[in-house]
Amino acid sequence: MTDKEATNVDFGHRHLLGLADYSAEDIGHILQQTDRFLEILNRPIPKIPTLRDVTVVNLFYEDSTRTRLSFELAEKRMGADVVNFSAKGSSVGKGESLKDTIQNIGAMKIDMVVIRHQSPGAAHYLTRCINTSVINAGDGPHEHPTQALLDMYSMKQKFGELKGLKVAIIGDILHSRVVRSNILGLTKMGAEVTVCGPKSMMPLYADELGANISYRLEETLEWCDVAMALRIQLERQEQGLFPSVREYHERFGIKKRHLKEFPHFTIMHPGPVNRGVELESEVADNSRAIILDQVTNGLAVRMAVLYLLSGRVQ
Amino acid sequence: MDTSRILTSQDIERTLTRFAHQIVEPYDDPADLVLIGMQTRGVYIARRLRDRIKSYFHVDLPLGVLDVTFYRDDFRTRMKMPSVQLTDIPFDLYNKQVVLVDDVLYTGRTVRSALEAIMSFGRPAGIRFCCMIDRGHRELPIQPDITGQMLPTHANEEIRVHLTEEDGEDAVYVVKRKEAE
Repeated sequence: MTDKEATNVDFGHRHLLGLADYSAEDIGHILQQTDRFLEILNRPIPKIPTLRDVTVVNLFYEDSTRTRLSFELAEKRMGADVVNFSAKGSSVGKGESLKDTIQNIGAMKIDMVVIRHQSPGAAHYLTRCINTSVINAGDGPHEHPTQALLDMYSMKQKFGELKGLKVAIIGDILHSRVVRSNILGLTKMGAEVTVCGPKSMMPLYADELGANISYRLEETLEWCDVAMALRIQLERQEQGLFPSVREYHERFGIKKRHLKEFPHFTIMHPGPVNRGVELESEVADNSRAIILDQVTNGLAVRMAVLYLLSGRVQ
Repeated sequence: MDTSRILTSQDIERTLTRFAHQIVEPYDDPADLVLIGMQTRGVYIARRLRDRIKSYFHVDLPLGVLDVTFYRDDFRTRMKMPSVQLTDIPFDLYNKQVVLVDDVLYTGRTVRSALEAIMSFGRPAGIRFCCMIDRGHRELPIQPDITGQMLPTHANEEIRVHLTEEDGEDAVYVVKRKEAE
């Protein structure tokens, strides 16, 4: 009961900007510590005072429902003071730059910043403007490390370990930060990743990051232990990346018949699901889907990340 | 360093036997008792106490495990955050008589943290604290209810409780650190 395996990990990070900077040991440590936070969420009073001396700013330049709610709840469950900022209805509308905004917020004596921004590298840039811990909650198509961590935790919870696991990620690979972070994390942990989607949505770098590429859904579903469908942003259709939603669903949507044909794969989705596009409704609600577990685990993973990055010398 | 053994394995055996009786003694019916061991060595002591109480009184007490890291008041003095160990209290504490178990009582800050942690699992009828060694130097108004040995120590001494499960033997040592060199 004393689980000593993690007590010697040298976790020396101050920021979580992306999984590119984290080693397999670092990721393993976060996933192991996440167990402790999941336990807290099941207590009669699911709250701890650990961050009661910490102030966190959630800086959201892009729309987000679940990531933002998840971070805010994680912060509050740990007793932090939380300030929310969204670009809509702020001085950003008056033309204030990211640097000015953050320097003003920094002057209010905060400890951590969680940032979601449409530009790749925004979180990195922030670390040069302000002397606080920075957590990247999604920077354009670059990285979304806490999403990949919660995905990996959910797979580990289901399968016991990540080593040797076959993970397929299906959909708009080109525009997805979730894919990038997942490929980086999963391959470091010894899993095998295949990305699958239309050619127009496939980046040039996927094989460089260590993922296999497939254009055939059925082949991929036969191969994988986990099928992670990505949300298709319907506005991409206007850019001509796929001819119609119906055709996309026909070729890359996971359908009820696939569950019978390929009886072993587990279904994941980072949400929000477009029912009838990436997943047929019956697939999203099937007992092989762990989409809601992903949401619960996301809360616990973010608590673990906030905890591990909250160290400072007083 | 200067090490001297102050309790042998027989001493520890005797102490645990006494603890088992002292824990159960105040109650006609021990059914409402629960044991909670504090990570790490308190867990082993609590587990041994449960086994003894079972063999003496034929009652199987629920056993919980508690890590108090989240409730400590001193951890944000370093950049590196301590690893958190398992907490597992898979039963309701409402109206229970809790016996909190640890190896050494020193400043009382860990016990304070544990009291706060226990309250988030429900409202117990009472909490008692049982420890192997009380080494003095309290910084908070906290006293043990059941103690193995009161051992006045100097601040530059260290108490090391060794238990077979973790250290390969049962013994308690006082280690005197040399003055700062």
